[in-house]
Amino acid sequence: MNAFFDFINQNIEMTYVVILMIFVGIELISHVPAVLHTPLMSGANAIHGVVIIGAILVMLHMDPQNYAGLAIGFVAVVLGTLNVVGGFVVTNRMLEMFKTRK
Amino acid sequence: MTTQALLNIAYLIAAVTFMTGMKMLGSPKTARKGNLIAAVGMAIAIVATIFLHDKQVSGTVYGLIFAAIIIGTFIGWYIAVKVEMTKMPELVSFFNGMGGATAALIGLLEYVHNTGSAYKISMIVAGLLIGSVSFAGSMIAWAKLSGKMRKPVRLPSYNIINTILLLVALALAVYIAIERPASPVMLYVLFALALVYGVMFVLPIGGADMPVVISLLNSFTGLAAAFGGFLYNNMAMLTGGVLVGSAGTILTIAMTKAMNRSLSNVIFGGFGDTAVAGGGGDTTKGTVKSITPSDAGILLNYANNVIIVPGYGLAVAQAQHAIHELEELLESKGVHVKYAIHPVAGRMPGHMNVLLAEANVDYDKLVDMDDINPQFKNADVVLVVGANDVVNPAAKTNPGSPIYGMPVLNVEDAKNVIVLKRSMKPGYAGIDNELFYYPKTSMLFGDAKDSITKIINEVKNM
Repeated sequence: MNAFFDFINQNIEMTYVVILMIFVGIELISHVPAVLHTPLMSGANAIHGVVIIGAILVMLHMDPQNYAGLAIGFVAVVLGTLNVVGGFVVTNRMLEMFKTRK
Repeated sequence: MTTQALLNIAYLIAAVTFMTGMKMLGSPKTARKGNLIAAVGMAIAIVATIFLHDKQVSGTVYGLIFAAIIIGTFIGWYIAVKVEMTKMPELVSFFNGMGGATAALIGLLEYVHNTGSAYKISMIVAGLLIGSVSFAGSMIAWAKLSGKMRKPVRLPSYNIINTILLLVALALAVYIAIERPASPVMLYVLFALALVYGVMFVLPIGGADMPVVISLLNSFTGLAAAFGGFLYNNMAMLTGGVLVGSAGTILTIAMTKAMNRSLSNVIFGGFGDTAVAGGGGDTTKGTVKSITPSDAGILLNYANNVIIVPGYGLAVAQAQHAIHELEELLESKGVHVKYAIHPVAGRMPGHMNVLLAEANVDYDKLVDMDDINPQFKNADVVLVVGANDVVNPAAKTNPGSPIYGMPVLNVEDAKNVIVLKRSMKPGYAGIDNELFYYPKTSMLFGDAKDSITKIINEVKNM
């Protein structure tokens, strides 16, 4: 238990951020019409592609002689990019169709 | 300013764009701009990560990073642009799996460098576990939705097997986090276990529950990204990940509510079990009446109010443009036409809206279930195009039915119901629909697009 409180105390700012973000996420989604559920899921899908930053950081730290590591990191960056680019482009394609026609 | 300060500001901008983007995605007017804003924020965060640091990085590594990003962009863009609108749900699942895989691979690579820190190993293990489950689960969901795997696969007592698998994986994760063995072998075992669990988790889920699972896995990947944020003390990953994790959870719950099911029911319930047990034999089947396109045309032409109920069959047949043409033709003859949109028509909430919007159907003509249900009794003709489970009266009348309690469209209140359908095969939930046997129902068998085109020709000649 002590370890847990130590952890919270050492990361107090991050803990605040996490809790606030949880509420922001709930607030943002709560009042959305069902019509937009699919594009919204798709948009959120693209945003968690932010995990690609981790893949890039892995590559930047990597020992250039560690070929296996470089190869896996390379794959991670490719897959992360797929998530980001594919996610945003698909969402955009869906939303293109909501253009208002008057 | 130092590079670190610049990097912090870049991440701050990214975090704000993610929140703004999500907010704007929540309204039809601003959604597209919101998506673009989040994309710009993401680009800023990625570019900043690559350039804003004080490390000595070899040209080879930079080359590999750029090559990977270029390859990923090319493939991602190509797939996203090329795939048809009907395949959107599985595509979202596919991209979600890619994000999960990225999180898992990060964990695999970072482990050996961080065994000194309990905090970092905990984050690595959590990210790896969740990312792997999300990846494997999303791939199964993708295979299922794209028809590569139709039937839910259930091992005997799969709930017990899955629970044991999960507990073993969790125990191993805790063990690794506490003991922090220098060799990554145990981590590889955990990776394999998590992949197997991801597969086993999604395999038994079928029927109309797939969108819920995808949404759930989507929030899983968000969580995995958030653990990456903890690991690197990276605010962009943390905010983006937590935001998606929490928003995704709420979205998942909203979807289960639309289907009147609970999340645990979706995960542990095994859709369709009761149908096999009780549904098959005791349904009193009457006779099915079929109708010719010309008779259907006459009915529609002389109606005052027509309500169209689109379903997945419309999407499969790519009939959205044809149905819009029929709608305009009828409107020009003074018939009032509306579309009744069930929250989970198609394979995902909002799927039908997207498809019909693609065909230029007026946004105002799409009416949500709660608003249209009281209007069915005033409708002369209801045209059901490739929808099945969402118009099944058993959801209201038959407590033994697996979809009992799910809100459905009250199409049987209308004077006439015409159902366009390929065959008498049951819908996605795998259960029979007594609506088809009602005296007021007529069936027009065939490909939805062909049938609609035939009706259009008939109406034109009147």
